[in-house]
Amino acid sequence: MAGNAASLARKGETRFEHRSATRDPLIVRVLVLTVALGFFAIFLLLPLVVVFAEALRKGFETYWAALVDPDAQSAIRLTLLAAAIAVPLNLVFGVSAAWAIAKYQFRGKAFLTTLIDLPFSVSPVIAGLIYVLVFGAQGWFGPWLRENDIRVIFAVPGIVLATVFVTFPFIARELIPLMEQQGSEEEEAAIVLGASGWQTFWRVTLPNIKWGLLYGVILCNARAMGEFGAVSVVSGHVRGETNTMPLHVEILYNEYQFAAAFAVASLLALLALLTIALKSLVEWRSGRTQSREDAP
Amino acid sequence: MIRQTRRFVLAGALALTALPASAQNVSLLNVSYDPTRELYVEINAAFAKEWQAKTGQNVRIRQSHGGSGRQARAVIDGLDADVVTLALAYDIDALHLNGKLIPADWQSRLPNNASPYTSTIVFLVRKGNPKAIRDWNDLVKPDVGVVTPNPKTSGGARWNYLAAWAYALKQPGGDDAKARDFVRALFKNVKVLDSGARGALTSFTERGIGDVFLSWENEAFLALKELGADKFEIVVPSLSILAEPPVSVVDRVVDKRGTRAVAEAYLQFLYTKEGQEIAAKHFYRPRDPEVAAKHAETFKKVNLITIDDVFGGWTKAQATHFNDGGVFDQIYAK
Repeated sequence: MAGNAASLARKGETRFEHRSATRDPLIVRVLVLTVALGFFAIFLLLPLVVVFAEALRKGFETYWAALVDPDAQSAIRLTLLAAAIAVPLNLVFGVSAAWAIAKYQFRGKAFLTTLIDLPFSVSPVIAGLIYVLVFGAQGWFGPWLRENDIRVIFAVPGIVLATVFVTFPFIARELIPLMEQQGSEEEEAAIVLGASGWQTFWRVTLPNIKWGLLYGVILCNARAMGEFGAVSVVSGHVRGETNTMPLHVEILYNEYQFAAAFAVASLLALLALLTIALKSLVEWRSGRTQSREDAP
Repeated sequence: MIRQTRRFVLAGALALTALPASAQNVSLLNVSYDPTRELYVEINAAFAKEWQAKTGQNVRIRQSHGGSGRQARAVIDGLDADVVTLALAYDIDALHLNGKLIPADWQSRLPNNASPYTSTIVFLVRKGNPKAIRDWNDLVKPDVGVVTPNPKTSGGARWNYLAAWAYALKQPGGDDAKARDFVRALFKNVKVLDSGARGALTSFTERGIGDVFLSWENEAFLALKELGADKFEIVVPSLSILAEPPVSVVDRVVDKRGTRAVAEAYLQFLYTKEGQEIAAKHFYRPRDPEVAAKHAETFKKVNLITIDDVFGGWTKAQATHFNDGGVFDQIYAK
């Protein structure tokens, strides 16, 4: 879909841009460009540069020491673990939800669609507090959990739960418009031609949604690794156990270990840059496939 | 999907609960407040050594740090702290009031109100003391910018506030009305109210806001050490408040985990000569008279009032000054 728009715009360039009647006055173009680029430089590029500059200010050895520190290692492992659980769960959920909403008619469909967006609109702190209220010692299931010696809050499961919550909508949101646009004709045709349900999904639906799905997974993963607020509430901040990378950065900063804090932050920033690179790659690939399909 | 979630949750929970139950290895969780990070890193290592020599057991002490009130809340909500080492007795009282995690008389179970070290409130000023700040009454001058965390959220900031109040009260002709005016004037000079002590310190040192930072003595010394004695200096006022950060075993947790013996030994270790030396090294005032005498040079003599004498204890001070609609709300709103 994004690819469609992009290719349209590209074709349009030659047609509209060079006609004086449709061209914006020079001053407007310069102004708009300056505002956009200036904003980009001050609010995005500069902080990014600062993170890396600060991280390496005390030399590469300090940088490396900060990353191999046992607490940092544990934070990195926990972050990866939380993402490794949250992303597949949301993958399954996202595809099911998008499927249900796009292909079936049922009562409460609009409500479900709205509900999926809830984690976007709720502040992450509230999301964390919800879990404390439900699973905390004073919460609904607190006494039962205590008797059975199961720890949810202030332990790894709570962190995973909070991460799943805040990353809930990413994949479903990406797929719903895509699947709605495609309709269910192709699937119906496959069924009529004798394909089983699984074959239909695997051979017809999945190839149609794969780029959107991948895009959703990437965004979901980025958020899962970067989440701070919700995780901070349920973490308990036990060092080497329940601190994720963003929490570890805060701790190091509060301990005057600025270089170490920025070193771990730079690792997070690197992950983010990698995500953006992957995302652009996916967009580019999907754009290419789209235009190949569009071509007669 | 629900089953899958549940399996993950259970697997995670089991992995965690499997940790502490070995005869040769024991672990404690010490839930503490922000400025004690460096102190307990050293205490933990020293205690682990001593405990191993005494019992042959390996003890691993896990740490959690955060704002004192928030940490107490986490323990009430189920964070399995074997011991708490918080900023105020009020926050540990909360463990008794909400959920009966400890008995009401917890503070009499260890010497000195269960506070193995003390601290007080001092001023951190910029090098050379350009605004010539010597005592509390210099803080209300119109051109002085004061930095303190918010007394509603920070334990340390409550000490700041009460110390200022006590100073005004102890001046010739001082009474509650004069103290109230004094504290109001002081807070009029406050440039930024951060929620915690470390955040406020960063505002003062890194962002360069204000002329004086009202600080725990230990935090002020730490700032000098970490950020350079060439940038800041410490001013000790004529009168300040005795801050007693108390410690307690969390009975509900240690009885369940079977860690009472090691948890109690851990807290008692804080009272030993070695523990007191480590506390002094991290700029907490030691209780032990001998250790205190050794460090008399570092810890300037101050006229210290206590919260019990002047304010009738934490519960009362909290209710009068810091609860919603209390004196702080009244003077800060206007």
